[in-house]
Amino acid sequence: MTEEQVVAELRSGMTIGIGGWGSRRKPMSLVRAILRSDLRDLTVVSYGGPDVGLLCAAGKVRRLIYGFVSLDSIPLDPHFRAARENGQIESVEYDEGMIYLGLLAASHRLSFLPTRAGLGSGVVATNPALRTVVSPYGGEELLAMPALALDAALVHANRADAHGNGQYLGPDPYFDDLFCAAAKRAYVSCERVVETAELTADEHPATLHIRRDVVAGVVAAANGAHFTSCVPDYERDEAFQRSYVEAAGSPERWAEFSARYLEVDERGYQEAVAASAAGAQA
Amino acid sequence: MSEATRAEVCAVACADLLREAGETLASPFGIVPMIGARLARATFSPGLLMTDGEAMLGSGVWPLDGEPKGVEGWLPFRAILELAWGGSRHVVMMPSQVDSRGNANISYIGDDYQRPAVQLLGVRGAPGNTVNHPTSYWLPRHSTRALVPRVDMVCGVGYDSAAAAGPAAERFLDLRQVITNLAVLDFGGPDHAMRLVSLHPGVEPAEVEASTGFELVVEGEVPETRAPSEEELRLIREEIDPTRLRDREVRP
Repeated sequence: MTEEQVVAELRSGMTIGIGGWGSRRKPMSLVRAILRSDLRDLTVVSYGGPDVGLLCAAGKVRRLIYGFVSLDSIPLDPHFRAARENGQIESVEYDEGMIYLGLLAASHRLSFLPTRAGLGSGVVATNPALRTVVSPYGGEELLAMPALALDAALVHANRADAHGNGQYLGPDPYFDDLFCAAAKRAYVSCERVVETAELTADEHPATLHIRRDVVAGVVAAANGAHFTSCVPDYERDEAFQRSYVEAAGSPERWAEFSARYLEVDERGYQEAVAASAAGAQA
Repeated sequence: MSEATRAEVCAVACADLLREAGETLASPFGIVPMIGARLARATFSPGLLMTDGEAMLGSGVWPLDGEPKGVEGWLPFRAILELAWGGSRHVVMMPSQVDSRGNANISYIGDDYQRPAVQLLGVRGAPGNTVNHPTSYWLPRHSTRALVPRVDMVCGVGYDSAAAAGPAAERFLDLRQVITNLAVLDFGGPDHAMRLVSLHPGVEPAEVEASTGFELVVEGEVPETRAPSEEELRLIREEIDPTRLRDREVRP
């Protein structure tokens, strides 16, 4: 599939989970395709990074379900901050472990999973819909983390085959497999689509974290996680990330950044990034 | 060896948090707690587990801006959460606000949740950490902005919040210490109120009082935070932080 074909299967108002973690292995080419679309009123579930920032900046997010939003080497995302401080999005904040349990519950077709995480915290105070559950084994009263059922999941892998078997080659699978399993339809973008046999030619089968039975489509997206990290294929583009943050400093600079990088298709984006990197080296 | 700087005194206080920690994961946030954890492992707590900042458990002691000498395990985020829920971890978090009962805030500043004055990171893992395993806090700038009567959002769960939530929240709650650039504090006062444990060398009690946004429990003569040993100073200066990153967090 192409990024545009994936976005054509999404609808306004959907709940969309985005894989990766902070500014690491985010399906950025799919996010950029959403920015170019007329989708709106999305509920986004994410271990948030610039995916959240960009979607907030484009006014695509109605409701954000998250435990944090960070660019890692830069602690805070300016667009997420602005969206929150302007009251532009509805914020649903959970402990990052609760998000894991919410995805796990959805993938198990359960309505909730019990946990101690969140008890006594502002997570309960700010989520009036949260309920507790009394253990039938000893009576402990625990938090009932509701399932985070997703209409769609978007994740980025290092490699995948055309059938949807996804492979990560970096240090951490994050929660990408669970995002896929919790979704009605999951889409995997990847650095390279390869033959199935090639996936395990040099790598342990345990690197195959996503199974094709939970994947609806595969997108070949070289450099698709840019500017987030996608090791071992590439590190985070720190210079570009800094320019993203600096551009958020004024409406004029953001308009310039958008025109150059976001109001063009994915090929245009990659060409502009390459031109910018070449300019920096010259 | 020259006298210990304030950052070095703080690092040793952070190391002391991990005495008798055994084989638990040390998760230090901030430069000084990171030095402390590596110092503890290099000296009195060799059993500590420690990540490389990503998903690998490193072996040996390595410099702050370097890579571990070897890998002894794999701990992706999912496994960290599961380890945390099992209790075998001591986290040192670096919150923006802490109050007298140990509630800690890293989410936002303001009084309207849906429109905060200043958005911060979000609750991250603080709620789950605090109700599951030992937790301490590091405040590189002890001030009335950081030590407040009441946090704006309870991310790290304090003793009063846990008590209000019930036994399941209190069962494993174990807030150890608050280490600041001025002093070491704990929750040993009446009703787990924050108490002054020791003052760093050269700090007067009045300075701490003036920099704290609530009344601290002070019991009698307050001792001085212990000074680093010669060997601890050598480890910090030569092996753990040779490029003096610590001076950026606590000015010498």
